[in-house]
Amino acid sequence: MRKNRLFIALFAFMLLVLSACGNSDTKDAAAKQKKAEPTSMILATTTSTQDSGLLDVLIPMFEKENNVKVKTIAVGTGQALEMGTKGEADALLVHAPAAEKAVVDAGDAINYKRVMYNDFILVGPKDNPAAVSGDDINAAFKKLADAKSSFISRGDDSGTNKKELGIWTAANIKPAGDWYVSTGQGMGQTLQVAAEKKGYVLTDRATWLAQSKNLDTLQIVVEGGKDLMNIYHVMQVNPEKHDKVNSKDAQKFVEFMIDSKTQEVIENFGKKEYGQSLFTKYTE
Amino acid sequence: MELLIEGLKKAIEMIISGDREVFAITWLTLKVCLISILFSTLIGLPLGILLGLTRFKGRRLLLLFINIGMGLPPVVAGLWITMFLWRSGPLGNLSMLYTPTAIVMAQILVSLPIVTSLTCTAFQQINDKMLLQIKALGATKVQTLMILVKQTKIAILAAIMAGFGRVIAEVGAAMMVGGNIQGDTRILTTSIVMEVSKGNFDIALALSFILLTVALLITAALTFLQQRRRLS
Repeated sequence: MRKNRLFIALFAFMLLVLSACGNSDTKDAAAKQKKAEPTSMILATTTSTQDSGLLDVLIPMFEKENNVKVKTIAVGTGQALEMGTKGEADALLVHAPAAEKAVVDAGDAINYKRVMYNDFILVGPKDNPAAVSGDDINAAFKKLADAKSSFISRGDDSGTNKKELGIWTAANIKPAGDWYVSTGQGMGQTLQVAAEKKGYVLTDRATWLAQSKNLDTLQIVVEGGKDLMNIYHVMQVNPEKHDKVNSKDAQKFVEFMIDSKTQEVIENFGKKEYGQSLFTKYTE
Repeated sequence: MELLIEGLKKAIEMIISGDREVFAITWLTLKVCLISILFSTLIGLPLGILLGLTRFKGRRLLLLFINIGMGLPPVVAGLWITMFLWRSGPLGNLSMLYTPTAIVMAQILVSLPIVTSLTCTAFQQINDKMLLQIKALGATKVQTLMILVKQTKIAILAAIMAGFGRVIAEVGAAMMVGGNIQGDTRILTTSIVMEVSKGNFDIALALSFILLTVALLITAALTFLQQRRRLS
């Protein structure tokens, strides 16, 4: 009898799993009957577009209009661009114009279009120990380095990280030492580290607004300078260079992002919740 | 602490209100984990028995690799599978990256060594005298195997539970090969990571309670099977 018990147990276990498989099959079949199997495309994008919730609004719109399943991979801009150059993604939505230009010039991406912008801001502890303010980010960074005020960097080759490193270079400072902390994580987590460690951090405004409810030890200290513009571009991966790319849907996605209807949605996104737009439309 | 209670409240709220997305994520998590552990068991059990009962050339080396595999970090497993499944990789034509199948593959890779190694240990501990006695009583090979499986039932279920623990807790590989795609490859662990990075700690906590509940239910079922009193 003991033998049987073990068998029954194993059998029940397998049945459970098999029933799990079966269920999804019927669901798929039902979906198939309704309409043609949707095609699938991979969108490599930055964490800020996902963490702010913008993609949760835009992607379903696009999927519905075009019968496409979009696989959104939210990573740092550096990784997203790398996925583009390797042909692992079909479309890219990123925000590091200088690095993007290299990818476009190398012929890995085509159909390069400006979509929207928001701005970078410098956020710091409420008591502002380095006493930085105003709109001059280069001067602020110099002050931070002189005071060796705790600075939290993304350190993940993201668009924001690239921007931050660009400012250090422009200010002719090599940030290093105990005061310079590199998290290697996304914007949300980096902001949380800054809040805990009472450090200064460069962030995009969208993520800041979406997360400020958890960040009550931080405040905006520098904003509004013309150097602080954060521009997002969309592009499709060149199908001539990478043969497995889904260029049909990628092209549709680029067109969708710069469509005036989509631009209205972008402009209005977050207005109700935060009292201001998280992103501003900005096509060419 | 307030957050903890808030999270618990939210979890109950999510379950009672029948939040479709949470339900879908939980269901996918369950499906992916059970399929992975099923495969790991189907492969790992015979392999473990073979390694435990027989002696052949290269056995120790194989065992060494399996034992190292028990500590294989999921992100490493994820990285390897990602490279294989890339469009430019050797299996690129299957376009399997960022699908639940890819997650299952990664989870098998991290749980198979655990199931195999623990099964092997159990079978290696079987008393030689008993083997001799079974033989003496004239049991066929299949009968011998059945008796031994019965004998090691507790250890086998422990091996399966350890493997299951690995797959349900796993996040690094699932994030990498699955991509945490909404409605497709988003499972409980990856959505917890995402909600934390979004700063939605309450939702993350609520999901963690759901994850713990799922893990508890499955493990309880397996423990019940394992500890069942032997009536015979």
